[in-house]
Amino acid sequence: MNISEEAAFLKKIPMFADIEPAKLKLLAFTSEQVVFQAGETLFRQSEPGDAAYLIIEGAVEIIADTPAGSFILNRIERNEVVGETAILCNSPRTATVRAATPLTTLRISRDQFFELINEFPTMAVAIMQVLAQRLVHTTDMLRQATIKLPKSE
Amino acid sequence: MEPTVYKFILRHSLRQQFVLLAITLASFPFLYLSLDLPKRIVNQAIGGKNVPTELYGFPVDQVSFLMVLSAAFLALVFVNGGFKYHINTLKGRLGERMLRRLRYELYARVLRFPLPRFKKLSAGEIIPMITAEVEPLGGFIGDAIAQPIFQGGTLVVYIAFIFVQDPVLGAAAVSLYPFQGWLIPRLQRHVNQLGKRRVRAMRQIADRIGETVAGVQEIHNHDASAVHLADIADRYGDIYDIRFEIYQRKFFIKFLNNFINQLTPFFFYSIGGYLVIKGELSFGSLVAVLAAYKDLAAPWKELLDYYQQKEDIRIKYEQVIEQFQPPDLVDPAILHAEPAEPVRLTGTLQLNNVSLGEEGAAKILDGVSAALPLDRHVALVATGSTGRDELAQLYARLLRPSGGSIVIEGREFDQLPESVTGRQIAYVGAAPYLFYGTLRDNLFYGLRHRPLQPPRYDAAGEARRQRRVREALASANSTDDLAADWTDYRAAGCDGPASLAERTRSLLRQLDFDHDVYELGLSGTLDPRQAPETAARILEARRGLRQSLSDPALRGLVEPFDPERYNVNATVAENILFGLPVDQRLTLGSLADHPYMLSVLDKCGLTEEFIKIGRDVAAEMTEMFAGLAPGHEFFERYSFISAEDLPLYQALLQQADKDGLKALTPANRSRLLSLVFKLVPARHRLSHYTETRARRVLEARAAFAADLPDELKGAIEFFDPEAYTSSATILDNILFGRVAHGKERAQKKSLGVTIRSAVKNHQLLDEVVDVGLNFQVGVAGGRLSTVQRQKVGVLRALLKNPDLLVLNDPTTAFDPSTRSKLIDLVREVQKNKGLIWFVPQAAIAEKFDLVIVARSGQIIESGSFAELNRQGTAFHKLLSEA
Repeated sequence: MNISEEAAFLKKIPMFADIEPAKLKLLAFTSEQVVFQAGETLFRQSEPGDAAYLIIEGAVEIIADTPAGSFILNRIERNEVVGETAILCNSPRTATVRAATPLTTLRISRDQFFELINEFPTMAVAIMQVLAQRLVHTTDMLRQATIKLPKSE
Repeated sequence: MEPTVYKFILRHSLRQQFVLLAITLASFPFLYLSLDLPKRIVNQAIGGKNVPTELYGFPVDQVSFLMVLSAAFLALVFVNGGFKYHINTLKGRLGERMLRRLRYELYARVLRFPLPRFKKLSAGEIIPMITAEVEPLGGFIGDAIAQPIFQGGTLVVYIAFIFVQDPVLGAAAVSLYPFQGWLIPRLQRHVNQLGKRRVRAMRQIADRIGETVAGVQEIHNHDASAVHLADIADRYGDIYDIRFEIYQRKFFIKFLNNFINQLTPFFFYSIGGYLVIKGELSFGSLVAVLAAYKDLAAPWKELLDYYQQKEDIRIKYEQVIEQFQPPDLVDPAILHAEPAEPVRLTGTLQLNNVSLGEEGAAKILDGVSAALPLDRHVALVATGSTGRDELAQLYARLLRPSGGSIVIEGREFDQLPESVTGRQIAYVGAAPYLFYGTLRDNLFYGLRHRPLQPPRYDAAGEARRQRRVREALASANSTDDLAADWTDYRAAGCDGPASLAERTRSLLRQLDFDHDVYELGLSGTLDPRQAPETAARILEARRGLRQSLSDPALRGLVEPFDPERYNVNATVAENILFGLPVDQRLTLGSLADHPYMLSVLDKCGLTEEFIKIGRDVAAEMTEMFAGLAPGHEFFERYSFISAEDLPLYQALLQQADKDGLKALTPANRSRLLSLVFKLVPARHRLSHYTETRARRVLEARAAFAADLPDELKGAIEFFDPEAYTSSATILDNILFGRVAHGKERAQKKSLGVTIRSAVKNHQLLDEVVDVGLNFQVGVAGGRLSTVQRQKVGVLRALLKNPDLLVLNDPTTAFDPSTRSKLIDLVREVQKNKGLIWFVPQAAIAEKFDLVIVARSGQIIESGSFAELNRQGTAFHKLLSEA
């Protein structure tokens, strides 16, 4: 996939929908295309976060490592972003992400990400929306989990 | 130093000045003859009066007499010119030597300044004094005595000549000189005052510029550029005012002089003409007088210029000298005395009622008494905001007490020469200074006190060296040979370069510094002619790495250079050259302009295609980067086109769209081509890479190497799987390829590990570290991190095996575990020798034999850690606070 195709691809991602094509091309140009084999790890839980990954081709699994073992939390397909939380909050990775299939990603470094947000405030709003949706999703899951808990206490 | 420039000149160059004077005086008779001769030619030979019938026994007629006199005139022209040439050369040489002597003396004085002096005198002030301000002195010194005598003498000769012709005319010629002699100095005095002010103002400007460079981070940090610009503009304004006033006054003096000088011909024409008409003066005499008078103007002007210059120089000299005469200069004997054999510092360093402070100001240290056994290790815990650095520097003999005394084994600490203190004591502060040079130079800095092993010269080198020594002696400069080996291996406990390198590496390892230096070494270069054996092993490591990389986990991480294949992780330029430019004949930046490269592209039919690609790349670049602010870091990191060139390329593209690519000027076509050379297909993904094109580029590669013209032979080092590339880094030589783009971090990390094991397997670790020591540290070590600089500071002190090591908290940037390791290491190295560590936290003191607690420049407690660690002591309080 070349820069122009990547830029067209980025356009389809909600977070970047409002950004003009020239800037998306710049984003693609300044990012690195990184490929993974199925089963390879993009990053591990509790590592410091330095980049987000846009999934161009393939799918990843989000995995929580707990003392009781590892659980697959979610599966994310193309046109989505993983790893942006850690670089936004400057916190360690909250989960491990592994390639579920042969995977092509665009790696956006922390510096680049903030550069973009500074340059395009509309992108910040789009990111907020994405994060809010995730929060709704998580809260929902939490509620369901709470309901399932036995009411012994 | 000599208080006036004339005393300086007389003291150091009296003999040469006499020689100059003698030659000058010897030239006068010829000068007089050259004046007299034209008169005889006009009156006798041409006018036909009193033509002798024979000359020295030979018969002559009028024409041959004229020819003889003309020939004599020509000979005199040669003689006078020869004198001038010789005198000027002598003067120039004398001036240069004296200037060199003065500059050396000033620099030597800077080294003798006591440390506190540097708090008041900045580099920005000292540098222009030694460099620019004294520069005109060189030109003046050669002229100092000979010039006034020569010009004055010439003037006297001319005047005497005019008087001999006619006393009245003579009197007329000089009638205005007394007036000028009275007036000019009066006018000049004011110019001198202005000159002084100008020098002072200029120094302050130099100081400000120096400050700006040093503090530039703060300027940007606080958005203070405007105030600095205003400040400098204000100062430039002052300079402008002063200089303009100087110009006005200087040129007024000149104007006045010229006017007065023009008055004299008026007398000649009126009085001289009258005398000729009356027949009291021959016509030839008037012509000669007029000619002489025309020449008179020159020496008179020179004399006035000399006077102005002399005044200027006098002020400059005095203003420079006063800055270099502080009252408490260090005795040169302390700096230069060399003990017959090494003196060791043992016993106890005793401070008796030591105080430190300037007169009239509050004392920084007051009444400090303490004993420091030089076989025990002391932790000094200092609280309060003052006195700590000073106390540390007193121990290191960098400062001298202003009251009380410091005694070591019955000797005054103060009076020990630096050859003892500078070799047996080492001091490390939190910000050790690194000198411009290699890491190795900085590490061995503490071992280089005197030239020990003279270098070997060939006959020509020896002759050159002898000449340099003679010249240095003529200016009283140092004659120590910089090219000698100055490293004192014995002082480091080693027997030669190899064992010192070994000890250095061992210390690097113990300080966790070896890995950093190894990384620096990988990106350093090696000359295979100097180390053929190492280069051969690097080639083996290349093969070893190739094998390791066939491991499935690492496959594809490096794309090797293959003479037969296009490397998609390398630039187009690298793919065509398949080698590295060695010198300036061909550089990567100018490939698109190089006629040979263009001819190769033409031959392979790539030119038009490349220019088309270049156009597309330019279009992409201008589209992507046009919206960014010009200073944006993306330009430097990603763009092929700099922010300044962007409009140029936009215009170029418009033109290309209108008139077609063929209509572009050669310069613009080169601009487009230059973009193509930077493309890396795997990195840039700009969709220009096709199999067909790659094949054509490979053809160009072959053509480029095959037809290389003679003038480019040796300008490129071609990649060869079986040969070492001397202009490439060690890392590139091991990789012999490019790290593939699009790999994840973890893989890159494992590549680093694989490379290291290849290096290790081929016994190259030491060699790579040695190359790493060649790393240029930059200005003040700016290319190293703070931790690295601190490690260099500590290492350089340890390498010299000091009897007393004073560490003034040199580990501020260390992490706690490295610091703890360092304490153990230093304690081990300094076993049975002196160590005093100004520790930042009381708890660290537990590892030491003795603890001293100081507060605001006074010692309040001392004893062992156990003794002091009890209720009621200040130390206990400090411990519990932490």
